Amino acid sequence: MLDLTYETPKPKVIAGAKHDWELVIGMEVHAQVSSNAKLFSGASTKFGAEPNSNVAFVDAAMPGMLPVINEYCVEQAVRTGLGLNAEINLFSAFDRKNYFYPDLPQGYQISQLYHPIVGEGEILVDMGPGVARLVRVERIHLEQDAGKSIHDMDPNMSFVDLNRTGVALMEIVSRPDIRGPEEAAAYVTKLRQILRYLGTCDGNMQNGNLRADVNVSICRAGQYEKYMETQDFSYLGTRCEIKNMNSMRFIQMAIEVEARRQIAIVEAGGEVVQETRLYDPDKNETRSMRSKEEAHDYRYFPDPDLLPLEIEQDWIDGIKATLPELPDVKKARFVGDFGLSEYDASVLTADAENAQFFEAAAQGRDGKLAANWIINELFGRLKKEDHDIAQSPVSPAQIGQIVDLIKSDAISGKIAKDVFEICYTTGRDPSEIVETEGMKQVTDTGAIESAVDEIIAANPAQVEKAKANPKLAGWFVGQVMKATGGKANPKAVNELVAAKLGL
Amino acid sequence: MSIDLETAARVAKLARIKVEEDQLPALAEEFNTILGFIEQLGEVDVEGVEPMTSVTPMALKRREDIVTDGGMQDKILKNAPDAREGFFAVPKVVE
Amino acid sequence: MTDLNTLTLAEARDKLRAKDVTSVELTEACLKAAGAAGKLNAFVHDTPDIALAQAKAADERIAKGDAPAMCGLPIGVKDLFCTKGVPSQAASRILEGFKPEYESTITGQLFDAGTVMLGKLNMDEFAMGSSNETSVYGNAVNPWKVDDRELTPGGSSGGSASAVAADLCLAATGTDTGGSIRQPAAFTGIVGIKPTYGRCSRWGVAAFASSLDQAGPMTKTVRDAAIMLEAMCGHDAKDSTSANLPVPDFEAMLTGDIKGKKIGIPREYHMDGMPEEIEALWADGRKMLESAGAEMVDISLPHTKYALPTYYVIAPAEASSNLARYDGVRYGHRATLAAGDGINEMYEKTRAEGFGHEVQRRVMVGTYVLSAGFYDAYYNRARKVRALIKRDFDDAFAAGIDAILTPATPSPAFGLGEMIDADPVQMYLNDVFTVTVNLAGLPGIAVPTGLDAKGLPLGLQLIGRPWEEGDLLNTAYALEQAAGFVAKPQKWW
Repeated sequence: MLDLTYETPKPKVIAGAKHDWELVIGMEVHAQVSSNAKLFSGASTKFGAEPNSNVAFVDAAMPGMLPVINEYCVEQAVRTGLGLNAEINLFSAFDRKNYFYPDLPQGYQISQLYHPIVGEGEILVDMGPGVARLVRVERIHLEQDAGKSIHDMDPNMSFVDLNRTGVALMEIVSRPDIRGPEEAAAYVTKLRQILRYLGTCDGNMQNGNLRADVNVSICRAGQYEKYMETQDFSYLGTRCEIKNMNSMRFIQMAIEVEARRQIAIVEAGGEVVQETRLYDPDKNETRSMRSKEEAHDYRYFPDPDLLPLEIEQDWIDGIKATLPELPDVKKARFVGDFGLSEYDASVLTADAENAQFFEAAAQGRDGKLAANWIINELFGRLKKEDHDIAQSPVSPAQIGQIVDLIKSDAISGKIAKDVFEICYTTGRDPSEIVETEGMKQVTDTGAIESAVDEIIAANPAQVEKAKANPKLAGWFVGQVMKATGGKANPKAVNELVAAKLGL
Repeated sequence: MSIDLETAARVAKLARIKVEEDQLPALAEEFNTILGFIEQLGEVDVEGVEPMTSVTPMALKRREDIVTDGGMQDKILKNAPDAREGFFAVPKVVE
Repeated sequence: MTDLNTLTLAEARDKLRAKDVTSVELTEACLKAAGAAGKLNAFVHDTPDIALAQAKAADERIAKGDAPAMCGLPIGVKDLFCTKGVPSQAASRILEGFKPEYESTITGQLFDAGTVMLGKLNMDEFAMGSSNETSVYGNAVNPWKVDDRELTPGGSSGGSASAVAADLCLAATGTDTGGSIRQPAAFTGIVGIKPTYGRCSRWGVAAFASSLDQAGPMTKTVRDAAIMLEAMCGHDAKDSTSANLPVPDFEAMLTGDIKGKKIGIPREYHMDGMPEEIEALWADGRKMLESAGAEMVDISLPHTKYALPTYYVIAPAEASSNLARYDGVRYGHRATLAAGDGINEMYEKTRAEGFGHEVQRRVMVGTYVLSAGFYDAYYNRARKVRALIKRDFDDAFAAGIDAILTPATPSPAFGLGEMIDADPVQMYLNDVFTVTVNLAGLPGIAVPTGLDAKGLPLGLQLIGRPWEEGDLLNTAYALEQAAGFVAKPQKWW
């Protein structure tokens, strides 16, 4: 299916005091399902509401309350699985993960340990043109989010808000196939891109709608290959899990600093203890979350309030039929059909909206030129105003017009920039702007010729100099352009100047 | 299987029930009586038997993705031992 | 005229419809009887204002000719049911002061049908117990008394059983996880049915063990059980385990004709050391059904022996998780903390103060059997044995058995406090004949069929095919008629 061939990137190597070390990283990404209501209740998932207002009695775990599953959330998990080429399990079931925490009202989280809804899949993580790593996805399961505990409102108390309690999450678990901090960030970027294409998660990391737990370990060169051959984890180092990361930058910094911590321990003859750690960006260090460690016995068992979740192949096929074109395929098509560079294709497919904009603008035109205009001019201008593509005052059709005007030699690339600016600020159509403002390029050689003749006649000294040094012909070209208000076709001017000067 | 005092204490901790030190021996003894009773299950041949997943086999009910609930902060907080400014208040949690 | 509180549901309904009495009169009679029965400690939260308002509304409906069967009939509600604005404590200190902002599906359905709630009834804490001795409200007492001892009404629905047997209400709701409707019914000479798992909604009933809990009616007669069960059951979209099946007219199925029915007698229910009079009672029941035209068949349910140990893995395991929500954060009791106490001290002290001994014990046993390394040995194994127990019943029904007759309890009611020093397993043996039914999710009904030598009531249990409560009730009706049990406790309270 994919035309793009790629090679695998080299793993990140960190030099310790004694040896070089490689990194091995696995990720558990929690993606909030883009649903209206919660996974097991009818309360809203809306962000930023008054505390404890988006809460049903079920979410507050009042006595006798029972969960009923939101079908849309199941569908989104399946959709996500299909988007990652994953196996969809016709039989899955919900388990309770038991632990006490004030923002976990039931005293357990409903999750899927034993029978997840989605099995093995894969994500191709792009690391630049021609370089990518295929990361295996172990599973995706559905589970409830916890509420929010606020610790800084009162010196002696913590405050609990259950608005988030019970919101549906997809936990997407990768195999330890990620080999460096940049790859980890690229993995999250790619996963986020796919989720956004699928519409199953909005990918908003700032609001915590997408966050990652990162498992980091270190090993000596060659060990990872032995693990891949045998799938025997004993070839790898002991891993530590860094919890709850919701920034690409911090993910990278945390992995780096955690790896260095582990290297220091091992090189000093110590042993890494498997544990959960928290990254502190202020101090750029990870530290142990002892409170989480204390009683690590979740006593998972099947939730007796729910029956197993059995789904039909027909239903899955129906969802499959509605899947959009996904980034890898789209990118390959942009390279193939429009002749774009892989880099440009990557930029344009980063977001489904961008890609859609490009396709509308490029349809039936010079795709490369359209891509240049969108990437260089439009994106640049939008960025300046901190806008995204949805807020663009310039429509794809208007970009298309600009491309057409350039291609038909009606305007030069330079004039086109002026036209774009007017279009951007006023919303007027480029062809109308060119007409009304008289910006059309002069291609009538007669008119250009007379302008050239006038300037040659008025500047005999310059003519002599130019004849001696042809490089100075440019001065005449500039003068002609000035005289014609920049509308003369530069190519025609160049030719005429050269001919008249006898160069 | 015999439950020692340390196990009894660990179980009480996991269940978040305070058990005074001097109560642990009696608790451990009760556990042992009950577990001794449960041990009988070891006699049953369960080879090839699928564990029971639902008492009455039927399809899992599903809900539509519509907001039908919530918007009742007052009712949610009404029975709270300590509620402040719209939140449940608990002794400080140290992360 | 007889005291109105002694009427059956069917009699009272007929009198209401005939305009012989009003619901307010019935309700006042019951309130008076309940008010004078403090010694039984059956009612623990009285709701006379609600009751009278509901009775008035019911009378208006009846006057307009809009009278569902339960309309205007005063009942008691087990404290396990959440009732809006009314204390609903599951007989636990941990729910001290808790007044739900919602109504359980079952009580909601009953109220919609015009039923009158007199108050909340005593029970074992979180329905964990077989003698009503684990209640925060203190023991409920059996109205039957043959010497100077006070007897247990059984548990966990002890308050319900006591109130119905003593005519403090016309009927009551109960719940049954391992026998909590049927055992107290048998101890107090009344009828109690646990329907098929999934028949009655569990929404709004504080959970003990989710895969075993079922609510049901506790009544004076089988006919009453049919009437009230119909009002209690039905599909509930809010309970994922509730069955979407039509509810038949159970009362209309009470023909008393059981000719040709095949009734199984399971040999494994002959327990070692079972009292002579229980054996005799069972033999009598067999004869009664046979005389009524049923074919009695000896059958085998080979895994019966393992039902109790299976139950004592599954029920505590589920309970340990179900009761984790009682943490002092959102409702109910929170312990007073010492300076420097953090969140864990709050949890541990709150739960130590809030839960009674039996609940603590079961929560901890459940925690243990689910803990790392033991899941397969205990919980998963128990689920497999449970599948085998269910298979035993499936096989019997597949062989053409319509119902199964067993004793309801291994003994008559015992004295309050008599089991205090026994080890917990001795108390658990009370449920030996009833737990199998919960494990298999089947309907079971206890019917009073005789008195022991001292004059205490004894009951038999009939177990039916899943979803065939109508047929089961009819068999029970035939048994009831044949037994002709009419004894009532002598009023001493």
